[in-house]
Amino acid sequence: MPRASKRKSDAVKSSLAEPAPKKATKEVERIDNFFASYANTSIGMIDPEGVEKLCSDLSVEHTDVRILMLAWKMNAKKQGYFTQEEWRTGLKSLRADTLKKLKKELSELEREVAKPNNFEDFYRFSFRYCLTEDKQKSLDIESVCVLLDLVLGPYFRLQIDSFCDYLKIQKEYKVVNMDQWTNFFRFCQEIKFPELENYDACQAWPLILDNFVEWLREKSTHP
Amino acid sequence: MNNERKTIDLEQGWDFMQKGITKLKNILDGPTEQHFSSEDYMMLYTTIYNMCTQKPPHDYSQQLYEKYRESFEEYITSTVLPSLREKHGEFMLRELVRRWSNHKVMVRWLSRFFHYLDRYFITRRSLPALKEVGLTCFRDLVYQELHGKVRDAVISLIDQEREGEQIDRDTSAYYSRKASSWILEDSCPDYMLKAEECLKREKDRVSHYLHFSSETKLLEKVQNELLSMYATQLLEKEHSGCHALLRDDKVDDLSRMYRLFSKIPHGLDPVSSIFKQHVAAEGTALVKQAEDAASNKKAEKRDVVGLQEQVFVRKVIELHDKYMAYVNDCFMNHTLFHKALKEAFEIFCNKGVSGSSSAELLATFCDNILKKGGSEKLSDEAIEDTLEKAFKLLAYISDKDLFAEFYRKKLARRLLFDKSANDEHERSILTKLKQQCGGQFTSKMEGMVTDLTLAKENQSHFEEYLGHNTNVNPGIDLTVTVLTTGFWPSYKSFDLNLPIEMVKCVEVFKEYYETKTKHRKLTWVYSLDRLSYQEIKTQLNLSDDDVIRLLHSLSCAKYKILTKEPNTKTISPNDYFEFNSKFTDKMRRIKIPLPPMDEKKKVIEDVDKDRRYAIDASIVRIMKSRKVLGYQQLVMECVEQLGRMFKPDVKAIKKRIEDLITRDYLERDKDNPNLFRYLA
Repeated sequence: MPRASKRKSDAVKSSLAEPAPKKATKEVERIDNFFASYANTSIGMIDPEGVEKLCSDLSVEHTDVRILMLAWKMNAKKQGYFTQEEWRTGLKSLRADTLKKLKKELSELEREVAKPNNFEDFYRFSFRYCLTEDKQKSLDIESVCVLLDLVLGPYFRLQIDSFCDYLKIQKEYKVVNMDQWTNFFRFCQEIKFPELENYDACQAWPLILDNFVEWLREKSTHP
Repeated sequence: MNNERKTIDLEQGWDFMQKGITKLKNILDGPTEQHFSSEDYMMLYTTIYNMCTQKPPHDYSQQLYEKYRESFEEYITSTVLPSLREKHGEFMLRELVRRWSNHKVMVRWLSRFFHYLDRYFITRRSLPALKEVGLTCFRDLVYQELHGKVRDAVISLIDQEREGEQIDRDTSAYYSRKASSWILEDSCPDYMLKAEECLKREKDRVSHYLHFSSETKLLEKVQNELLSMYATQLLEKEHSGCHALLRDDKVDDLSRMYRLFSKIPHGLDPVSSIFKQHVAAEGTALVKQAEDAASNKKAEKRDVVGLQEQVFVRKVIELHDKYMAYVNDCFMNHTLFHKALKEAFEIFCNKGVSGSSSAELLATFCDNILKKGGSEKLSDEAIEDTLEKAFKLLAYISDKDLFAEFYRKKLARRLLFDKSANDEHERSILTKLKQQCGGQFTSKMEGMVTDLTLAKENQSHFEEYLGHNTNVNPGIDLTVTVLTTGFWPSYKSFDLNLPIEMVKCVEVFKEYYETKTKHRKLTWVYSLDRLSYQEIKTQLNLSDDDVIRLLHSLSCAKYKILTKEPNTKTISPNDYFEFNSKFTDKMRRIKIPLPPMDEKKKVIEDVDKDRRYAIDASIVRIMKSRKVLGYQQLVMECVEQLGRMFKPDVKAIKKRIEDLITRDYLERDKDNPNLFRYLA
């Protein structure tokens, strides 16, 4: 787990340990009630069915990036599930203890994520969140493309489209690791696109990006 | 001793000395009958002795010491200087030389006459010795006055000698003019001859006329004018420059070029660079030639391509021999030329010919020489000599690991199919290879040769065992070669459905082997065996590729052990096969060759895999010791570590870094994306 998320859970623990004022206790109570309305009582968690219900109550698709943002806010560990503690963490910091408030805060959340420091953390989280198997370290190409489109698409349309095209036609890589994933974000931020003039393959860019750039350059000289 | 000795006064004594000195001057000045007898000398010496040993005030030591000096001064002023002043140029110089040698004679004699002064008077008072006084007189009086005139005269004399009547005071200007016309008129070899001759004459001249300390300076000037100024123009003369000399094998001129240019600063740099270009071009031409030959051959017949390649490697070896001799002889073993030769060979030795890498060509070349009935018929010595030369070429090939793998495959074939001339030979060749490339390179191959030797012993033990245990004898000749896993190329081992007779054989051998060893696992590798194509395939439980290979060698080759229906030259899945009961041969033993597999692809794949491991290991090793390292540095150290075996591609290294990151051996630094950290 990256340090950022550790810090967050520490913060949660300490705030829970303090003697809570009455108002806060009330809020926690309302958040817990809110949780209970979606939770699967047999496992004590909100399961995929519960998530789907929540989405429909919020009038968003479950594939909407805002749900991923919500998961980030909760620092959710397992895709499709929210534990009570994750729920408390997320909703408390969003100051949303009812469906109505949560709906309102969701658009606020989009702005929060877009702040540079948060975005990088969110970007890394989104990859990690998709690793569903034990000891899984890489994500298959298809998932990577969907995720890139979801997370970076609104900011770097051109790059995402051509990178996804490339990922689908190349044969060398079947999966992408976290390092390649984070470096693709760095690529979007640092490299002039589609000119690529400041891309230098002698730097430590992952090979997959060297190959991508080579493919792009080849394409632009022999269209 | 005569105590009653009569006191000699100064005037009387000096009169006597004066007579002696005048006689000496006469002897010096011209042809004369006069000479000093030992009696004369004794008399003169005694006079001085007496005058110096008289009781004061009659001890005239001081006065005699002064008169000694005055005698020289008087002679120089009255005789020597006037005779020099009236002469000029060469004559003045000749006179000077004569006067100087006269003066030395005069000093020798006079100092003998006055010798008694040296013994007591001079030592006691710490005065300059007699000889020194005499020589100093010449310096102070003659040299002081004349040295300017002398220098001018010497230079003018040198200039005259340089070029007849030409008088030229400035060496540089003189040679600069000469060089500028020669460079236009003369060919490079002629120019060099002239330059060498000039330098030689200049050197002689210096040793005749000038102090040796002037030599270096003067020669440097001449070299600068004749060589440095025109180096490029001279070396690159179109029809006679360095390129042309190399092309026409003008070894003498090249040696001269080396001698001349080795004397000027950085003079050899352009020569070695032209040498490198020339060798690289010749090598590249050989590659081109082999390519053309290979593509022509392909159109006719594929089988004989091997011969072309054999010729190619031989030509490369010849090229190497030739230019190594140039380096050693013409270029005096200079490191610059060794480096040039190496770089030139590296250029074309890594090109490969029509899809075959040079590593493979070289391995095939060695195989052809080492195998029985190969295309080369050579004596043992010639074999070792040729192979040693071939191994030298290895130094220029970056894919040494690929060579090793091909060599090992071919060695395995030679050993297992009994094609090798002899084990001892193989072993001594491996020793040579080991010297060239190191132990890790040859350890597996040495293991293979040892396996074979052991196998022969084992076979005779097995036959002995069968002799003692006649009840188990399967009644078929069975030869088993036990090989050590890991040394040998990986052979497919499959669950072959053996005919019953063979199953018995295998069991007998198993029993035997267990009597000899414990904790060893035998894995059987069958590669030879016999309805319809499909039935054979099911019976044998082999892939199409293997079945086709086997059936081809049994039914389509020289020996028709099986008859095939229809009787064609290729195997198709609809064919039928039958045991040829009519088959006989006049030989008691026959060999049924297997068509070679497409080994090349497998070798390349194997080497690629080994390289991945090698790069991984190298990166981990480096990072383990460095903990944090920049990307470029990591790549550099990795290339350096692996250079002995192969030249890793930077892309391949990057790929391995990606993989090591996934496997949590490395991580990228959070702040500097060009920095990697080792994760313990």
